[in-house]
Amino acid sequence: MSFLTEALWVLLLGSLLGLELIGKVPPTLHTPLMSGANAISGITMLAALTLIIDAGDNIPLLVMGSISLGFALFNVIGGFLVTDRMLAMFSRKPLRK
Amino acid sequence: MNISLILKPAIELIAVFLLAFGIKGLSKVRSAREANRLAAIAMSLAVVGVLVNSIANGGIRLDAWLWILIGSFVGGLLGIFTAQRVPMTAMPETVALFNGCGGMSSLLVALGVALFRGENLSELSGVEIVKLISIVVSVFVGSITFTGSIVAMAKLQGWLSTPPWTQSKVRHAVNIAFSIICLIAILEFLLGGNNGLWLLIIGSGLLGVGVTLPIGGADMPVVISLLNSYSGVAAAAAGFVVKSQLLIVAGAMVGAAGLILTQVMCKGMNRSLISVLFGGALGASSNVSSTNGKAEYTNITSCSVEECALTLEAAERVVIVPGYGLAVAQAQHTLREVAKVLENSGIEVAYAIHPVAGRMPGHMNVLLAEADVPYEQLKEMEIINPEFPATDVVLILGANDVVNPQAKTDSTSPLYGMPVLDVQEARTVFVVKRGMSAGYSGIKNDLFDLPNTSMLFGDAKKVLGDLLVELKELGIGGRG
Repeated sequence: MSFLTEALWVLLLGSLLGLELIGKVPPTLHTPLMSGANAISGITMLAALTLIIDAGDNIPLLVMGSISLGFALFNVIGGFLVTDRMLAMFSRKPLRK
Repeated sequence: MNISLILKPAIELIAVFLLAFGIKGLSKVRSAREANRLAAIAMSLAVVGVLVNSIANGGIRLDAWLWILIGSFVGGLLGIFTAQRVPMTAMPETVALFNGCGGMSSLLVALGVALFRGENLSELSGVEIVKLISIVVSVFVGSITFTGSIVAMAKLQGWLSTPPWTQSKVRHAVNIAFSIICLIAILEFLLGGNNGLWLLIIGSGLLGVGVTLPIGGADMPVVISLLNSYSGVAAAAAGFVVKSQLLIVAGAMVGAAGLILTQVMCKGMNRSLISVLFGGALGASSNVSSTNGKAEYTNITSCSVEECALTLEAAERVVIVPGYGLAVAQAQHTLREVAKVLENSGIEVAYAIHPVAGRMPGHMNVLLAEADVPYEQLKEMEIINPEFPATDVVLILGANDVVNPQAKTDSTSPLYGMPVLDVQEARTVFVVKRGMSAGYSGIKNDLFDLPNTSMLFGDAKKVLGDLLVELKELGIGGRG
């Protein structure tokens, strides 16, 4: 199978999986879910990483990959931390007297 | 056989597996936090996978390591810093900012591949065409995501207002013009040109601004969710560019899940995605009713904090309806203080959470959780609505459209059909509001005209602070 056919299958199945994964979401979790999914979309950092590794001694490409990696990691790390901060508030045991 | 031939797919498969479970778990309250960690682990695993594979296949050059470290260090540190510093009230903006950066990253990857890779991109073989198209998609979607998210952030922060011209039909013409620029740019690039890509970046960037700018604040969460879905698409496109299945599957998952979430949010507001995107701010599409509406307030009762305190003191059951105004005023802690005083004197306090209160679904839950409001006091709309007739006092803090009875009574109202909180059923309603301005929908709120409604004008934090003082002077709460 060529990469294209394979990739299109992956695209199709991935999309279907995404459609199935979240059915009923309580409104409470909309913001954290959005934020978490957003962090995952920073997966482009892998592309940036590949770009840098394959760049050889092409300085502009290295710089560009590095900036791209920075942006992606900002998204990923910030996204996961912020989601965790939000969720930490829900999981805390209620402080009732 | 090279070990990395097995290792890489194995790691990737595990990563996809964990990511899928992460997204699934994030949609349940109990498992959400673990799920978030699981997704984070999956992402780190994916990075390890790429690094291991590259080391096994010829190694990574020293200067490549250097650039990787610089990029990760700067981006990661800024991410940690932002995530810790940003106040809970600014969550929607923060998500928008992160999202925009993700889009930017996809754009840069595609641009880098297009500009600097020595391969002959203009050669129109089958494989190259796919690559060119993925580059175009990645750049186009990435650029829209970036500028759109930044505009969304700026609007939520109040740095940008909605310019009047964007509410007229002109904007459609402008956006069509931008789209045509993009189309020309794409054609030029696909036919082997060198300048098309730059034009495409500019064109799609402007398109992102043009599409997001006219959208009213109330619809912003939907837009951010949609842009989040786009950044998934951009990531998947980048996956095609660098030939990574993991990227494609993760991007596709986020893209599809984001779309579902967008749909769920739209349903909560009784808005269709089309009207959010092309209808402009709600008020504009219903200019007649909103301009008429503003003059129609006839029976506004304004009252003092003292009166409000006296009424609260005599109440047995109080329901608080928080809205965006509360978040803006950062009044959640003061609110908690007031609620504590009321509880101490035996008054039952509950919070009515409309699914789209605030600027983002779940916004109020996060906000109130920050102020240590017990989770079980937060009641969702379907649960609290039948309880309003048995409620003595409803205190509305900076909420407007979500308590507008028009949504049930007036079939000509643009809000008609939107689920709302039936606060007018309660004996007394106090509305804390900065002024008589309309809510984000720009629609008159019939509630304010009702005889059992009193307005308390002022900033939510200040009013609550005064209220606290009054309540203590009255000697309730056992602290007088």
